[in-house]
Amino acid sequence: MSEVPAAVLMKGITKRFAGVVANSAVDLEVKKGEIHALLGENGAGKTTLMNILYGIYRPDEGEIYINGEKAHIHSPKDAIKLGIGMVHQQFRLVQTHTVVENVILGTGNGVTFNEEEVRQKIVELAQRYSLAINPDARIWQLSAGEQQRVEILKALYRGAKILILDEPTSMLTPLEIKELLQTLRRMTEEGNTIIFITHKLDEVTAVSHRVTILRQGKVTAVLETAKTHKTELANLMVGREVLFRLEKQPLERGAAVLRVEGLEALNDKGLVAVQDVTFSVYRGEILGIAGVAGNGQRELLEVIAGLRPANKGKIFIQDREATYASIRERIGMGLSYVPGERMTALVPNMSIAENMILKSYRKSPICKGLFIDRQVMLDLAKRLIQEYEVVTPGPDKPVKLLSGGNIQRALMARELSQEVDVLVVAYPTSGLDVGAIETIWKILLSQRSLGKATLLVSDDLEEILTLSDRVAVMHNGEIMGIVEAKEENIEKIGLMMAGALKIDREQWV
Amino acid sequence: MSIRVRIERRLEVSPQTQILAILLSLFLSFVVIAVIFSFLGVEPLNAYRRIFLGGFGSIYGLSESITKAIPLLLAGAGLALSFKARVYNIGAEGQILMGAVVGGGIGLFLPNLPRSLLLPLMFLGGFLGGAVWGLIPAFLKTRFRVDEVLTSLMLVYIASDLVRYLVYGPWRGPEQRGFPYSSPFSLSAQLPHLGTTRIHYPTLILAILLAVTVYIMLFYTKFGYEIRVVGENPSAGRYAGMSVERVVLFVLVLSGGLAGLAGVGEVAGIHARLGPPEGISPGYGFTAIIVAWLARLNPLLTMISAFFMGGLLVGGDAIQTALNLPSATIFVFNGVILFFIIAAEYLTNYRIKVEAVR
Ligand SMILES: Nc1ncnc2c1ncn2[C@@H]1O[C@H](COP(=O)(O)OP(=O)(O)OP(=O)(O)O)[C@@H](O)[C@H]1O
Ligand SMILES: [Mg+2]
Repeated sequence: MSEVPAAVLMKGITKRFAGVVANSAVDLEVKKGEIHALLGENGAGKTTLMNILYGIYRPDEGEIYINGEKAHIHSPKDAIKLGIGMVHQQFRLVQTHTVVENVILGTGNGVTFNEEEVRQKIVELAQRYSLAINPDARIWQLSAGEQQRVEILKALYRGAKILILDEPTSMLTPLEIKELLQTLRRMTEEGNTIIFITHKLDEVTAVSHRVTILRQGKVTAVLETAKTHKTELANLMVGREVLFRLEKQPLERGAAVLRVEGLEALNDKGLVAVQDVTFSVYRGEILGIAGVAGNGQRELLEVIAGLRPANKGKIFIQDREATYASIRERIGMGLSYVPGERMTALVPNMSIAENMILKSYRKSPICKGLFIDRQVMLDLAKRLIQEYEVVTPGPDKPVKLLSGGNIQRALMARELSQEVDVLVVAYPTSGLDVGAIETIWKILLSQRSLGKATLLVSDDLEEILTLSDRVAVMHNGEIMGIVEAKEENIEKIGLMMAGALKIDREQWV
Repeated sequence: MSIRVRIERRLEVSPQTQILAILLSLFLSFVVIAVIFSFLGVEPLNAYRRIFLGGFGSIYGLSESITKAIPLLLAGAGLALSFKARVYNIGAEGQILMGAVVGGGIGLFLPNLPRSLLLPLMFLGGFLGGAVWGLIPAFLKTRFRVDEVLTSLMLVYIASDLVRYLVYGPWRGPEQRGFPYSSPFSLSAQLPHLGTTRIHYPTLILAILLAVTVYIMLFYTKFGYEIRVVGENPSAGRYAGMSVERVVLFVLVLSGGLAGLAGVGEVAGIHARLGPPEGISPGYGFTAIIVAWLARLNPLLTMISAFFMGGLLVGGDAIQTALNLPSATIFVFNGVILFFIIAAEYLTNYRIKVEAVR
């Protein structure tokens, strides 16, 4: 039988960073024309392995074969020459440039390209893989999903036959995810090969042919997707059973801790993004805000946190009006906020320990007089690292060295550990592995039983239903209705998310 | 087999790498300057030998280097703080001059106060003079978002014209027979010196104390923490309820004030009168920018870099006269060093690998 050589064969790859072995003798075989999922906990070494394949890092040990031939990949340029393309966990587009300009950038053709030809080719590629995009739009005008299409087009334009996607779905809306998965299928039909990193097991079972699972830098299993199921995958990933059976004590409605009335706010483009939003969050309650990302959730949370002015309406925290309070005053009133854009709440170049005190540096015990007590700071950081299972060699390492999911854990650790009354949390588990999701969910529920009021924004309905007591659905900047978080309301929620149903305010729970 | 050089992004920069980068950038600057020397018909090694001996090779040279390190340290420590907050105050030269004007003015007009009162008063005035010169760009930046690089630099020229106006006009000493100088300061408006040197030690002690204080403030206090956070990521600072405006205001006022103290030291410790701006400060405020970067924005290390740059200035003066070089040579020097230091700052974030490829 004539064997087609594997599109990618990585053999015995080892990569060490100061204090961490990110990959340890990893073997990865990706067959031509398959979608190969790469699965693993946060910090398991997935991004590192792909960065090695794409020539960003050099392995300390190991060999790479592309289509059966030994490859020397010293830089992304070499990788591109071999037909490898990569879409990174964080996009790397120039915001002020157009789609066409971004595709051109870095091809080494910057000086002599014929823009018309390039546009033609982009339109052609976009049509072939149904990646709808306006080639003349500027990047900042595009949604996360559209930006991702640009990244994929960029890779295809450079002739990628092997495409690496690092957590491509964590920023996308459900519809965009569906479209992306379809595009991926189309691409393999045309003979392309795809390596797909994700934490979402549904996606793995939906599109991949085979899965490689990494744990703590080592391969723990290579499976055919058809012959496995979600529970097995989850167990192999975390090395223990993941139950997702969470205890939620029934709630007796307490006092309203966070109240907003008739709130209106603009987005960055100056358009109304939040319209007449009214709700209360009670003591010991989690109010979920469901909705497709980009329907005003971010703006709403920013107004509550004080980062964006309210046009109209009022905000009350513990019955005190906070509409015009400064950010600092709101922190003082007991408000904690985890934004969806993690890096706006962290200082990547500063140590984990220094990041852990960002909210508490003004108060005792961190602050003694004018001075910051470094010992107390380090102890706090060590405790949080342990409690929230942040994978890092130590609290003095800069945050930017953490893996994507561990950055998220560090941020959650800081915000959830504040002594506050109101938690405002956006997408708490996006980019987290199943084990970590379970941990974060448990923590959010334990905060609930401690009596905190939580406002939870998520586009993951399962998460909303598991955690919330009530669900408010946001569409086009408006609250379409508030219903109890029960399975039987799923249909209503879906309709409201699509804007097809609006419940009278009298009937809100 | 061939050799291939690759550049790889580096996420963590070790202290060794940092020191190596500084040494390498100095070395490269000296190579480039050597080329310039050759063009000027000067044998580079000879020139370097003379510079080194001029700045560090004798007791006199050393004392002069320390003398020049005083204003560099005061201004440089302040600039390190300001740059750490990503506030680019490049107008220390003007702030030095304003310190000299206000501090010197107090000395001129209250000559009969006792020394123990007059000198502190002059320093206080000088601090305020420099601080106001820092406050203007701070105000324009926080209120109208005007870039502080432009405004602080423009204020240098205004300060220097003001000094010129004063010493040619209203403050010109009647006994100076038309030369642009004020009357000499009274004895109680003059700083004491160490032995026969020109080291006005009260300013030196003040400078060292302040550099240490700035260091402690930056790395151990609540406010220093805010400065570093805002400098590294303003949006995180805002998110944590910090006032970015307050940080901008504070670092510009403080770095301006420290430069102002340097101005007082120069007029009360060296000249004992006010004179034309080039005389009060031959570019100390600009050299202080290099002092700050050379110390990698660490206020403690500015003590070393200020001494080093002071030595270069002294050595530079020595070769200018000895080898008959144009007086702008030292500015070329400064420019080249600054260029390499900034380049090194950028390049230490990358790793250069040389490897053999078969
Ligand atoms: N440049 C680096 N220097 C030091 N350590 C690093 C570096 N890059 C990654 N690491 C460490 O290597 C380990 C693996 O990181 P990697 O980013 O590959 O994880 P990952 O599997 O992609 O995780 P996630 O799902 O959270 O994105 C982590 O412990 C991380 O902190
Ligand atoms: Mg990753």
